[in-house]
Amino acid sequence: MEYFFELLFSGLTRGSIYALIALGYTMVYGIIGLINFAHGEMFMIGAFTALIASSVLSIYHLPLPAILVLAGLAAAVWAGAYGFTVERLAYRPLRGAPRLAPLISAIGMSIFLQNYVLLAQTADFVPFPSLIPEFAFLEPYSAIINSSSLTILAVSTLVMTALTLLILYTRTGKAMRATAQDQKMALLVGINVDRIISFTFVTGSALAAIGGLLIASHIGQINFAIGFIAGIKAFTAAVLGGIGSIPGAVLGSFILGLTEAFATGYISSDYEDLFAFALLVLILIFRPAGLLGKATAEKV
Amino acid sequence: MSHAHFFLIGLATLILSVGATGTAPASETIKIGVAGAHSGDLAPYGLPSLKAVQLVVKEINDQGGIHGLPVELLVEDDGCKPELATNSATKLVSSGVRAVIGHICSGATKAALPIYHAAKVLVISPSATAPSLNQDGEYPFFFRTIATDDIQAKTQVDFALQTLKAGKIAVLHDKGDYGKGLAEHAQSLIEQSGKAQMVLFEGITPGAVDYSAVVQKIKRSEAEALLFGGYHPEASKLVSQMRQKRITIPLVSDDGIKNDTFIKLAGKDAEGVYATGPADVASNPATKLYREKYKQIEGTDPGAFFNNAVAAALALTNALAKAMSADAEAVAHVLRTEKVATPFGPITFDAKGDPVGIGFSLYQVNNGQFVQIR
Repeated sequence: MEYFFELLFSGLTRGSIYALIALGYTMVYGIIGLINFAHGEMFMIGAFTALIASSVLSIYHLPLPAILVLAGLAAAVWAGAYGFTVERLAYRPLRGAPRLAPLISAIGMSIFLQNYVLLAQTADFVPFPSLIPEFAFLEPYSAIINSSSLTILAVSTLVMTALTLLILYTRTGKAMRATAQDQKMALLVGINVDRIISFTFVTGSALAAIGGLLIASHIGQINFAIGFIAGIKAFTAAVLGGIGSIPGAVLGSFILGLTEAFATGYISSDYEDLFAFALLVLILIFRPAGLLGKATAEKV
Repeated sequence: MSHAHFFLIGLATLILSVGATGTAPASETIKIGVAGAHSGDLAPYGLPSLKAVQLVVKEINDQGGIHGLPVELLVEDDGCKPELATNSATKLVSSGVRAVIGHICSGATKAALPIYHAAKVLVISPSATAPSLNQDGEYPFFFRTIATDDIQAKTQVDFALQTLKAGKIAVLHDKGDYGKGLAEHAQSLIEQSGKAQMVLFEGITPGAVDYSAVVQKIKRSEAEALLFGGYHPEASKLVSQMRQKRITIPLVSDDGIKNDTFIKLAGKDAEGVYATGPADVASNPATKLYREKYKQIEGTDPGAFFNNAVAAALALTNALAKAMSADAEAVAHVLRTEKVATPFGPITFDAKGDPVGIGFSLYQVNNGQFVQIR
């Protein structure tokens, strides 16, 4: 039974890591129906920014929580700026184009950003300091959960709640929903659609960057390709839960993480990907729009 | 002008110039290919080899080349990817190289070998350790200056059984050619020994965000030692997560983690980790000579496989000179029959092309450095 709980927490850790990235994917898809393949790169750029910021800050001997917050802020602002620019350069000119064009543009952006970081930084893995402090009260449970897993779990739940509230109860949220339903109609009733879409990208990228900081701190190493690998899994989770749905992304991520953990624990880690993708196929056969997704006819 | 024609002229010049004191025309060179990972995340394994070959070749050229002909290096980056390695091989063969030093990774070497074999180009790898590369003797022109994985696995298993006295051993690998091959050798050695029980044998997914599930499984297996076949990114994540979960069993891994990047990535968790690697030959005069030269130029200590690449370059150039011909069979014959002085001491090659005189040693991380313990 203890083993079961250990695996449960492993799965929840993995799930919350996927969820932090999947939320950004699903938010952008929900608003403009674009699968933003460059999203994983925002995660990676956020991690690198946080690494640089925290190295600079640690020179001044700031306390660890202060470094964590400031580095997170720097990563969120910097990645947000990237998100804004990427949308302006790669997606806005293709707003009226067929659906496939911005998708290809997104893949191009992803490859460009990866190689840009490869050239500007390094090809090798670099160590990432563990910025999340060790919580003393977790020490007795160190065999099942540690402070970074708990923080990631808490932050992804918090972000999911905040995003849902933002979309349901604020003016911006209302404008976002209107833009999602019909861009032309939203424009006619006086919504600045361009600004709403920019806002979506900036928020999504900032979220990915904070995820990048927390996850890199948990794993302890980063390189230019981490966004691609983590991004693919997070994307799978978003599709599983129903892409476009915020709670769906979190649900899908936890299901994916738990499936992988239990497959590893009770069967073999040789087959963890096999089980994860077999589950995806099964769910898509019975619920083509994902677990919590709304069935729409025209989206890709 | 066809390549064959061009090659004949080169060969004629080579034979004619034997013993001649005059310098050869600048256009005539002995072309040697250098292939390996020079970019990407496995570049730390490829670049030191390239630098080593360049050092040896520069020295030979400064002394007048091989029988008066300067050696020209053609460098190809395969990123350790089999699909790129075949491109590199085709490119090198069509540029008329006499021999190739490389490739670095076993997977890439495996993919490139048939192309070199068809063109009768001699290949000497400083680091490809998969035993399967030459097991069937189908590539008589393949050599290497590194001991193979089965010998490496034996060093690891012997250490786990005799020194660590582990009765239960867990074996993990990264599902790659190198790591999995090593793990499978270790598996059969543990089973043959009859002294220990293998409680876990599994592959982990490289690049996964979290290994805590498999770490829990190691804990439940009550293993007393963990053998891991693979490279440093996964090994460092694995050891950090094990220590986070307060699992203190020793980790014994391979040459793929025996580098400074592993120690940087795993930080304090790297302390006490064991890894096998080529024997430390720092006191050998040839080793000292080339490592000093490298340090003078680059300002740092050379990285992985530097000695092996120096040995490969020395063995190859020596054989080219003694064979009096660029014919692969003649060069291979010299490699198999005559000893050559290298950073590992005098070595020669057996019928399969494996080196005689190069073995594996065991290292442990101590105060942020790999220290040889036996």
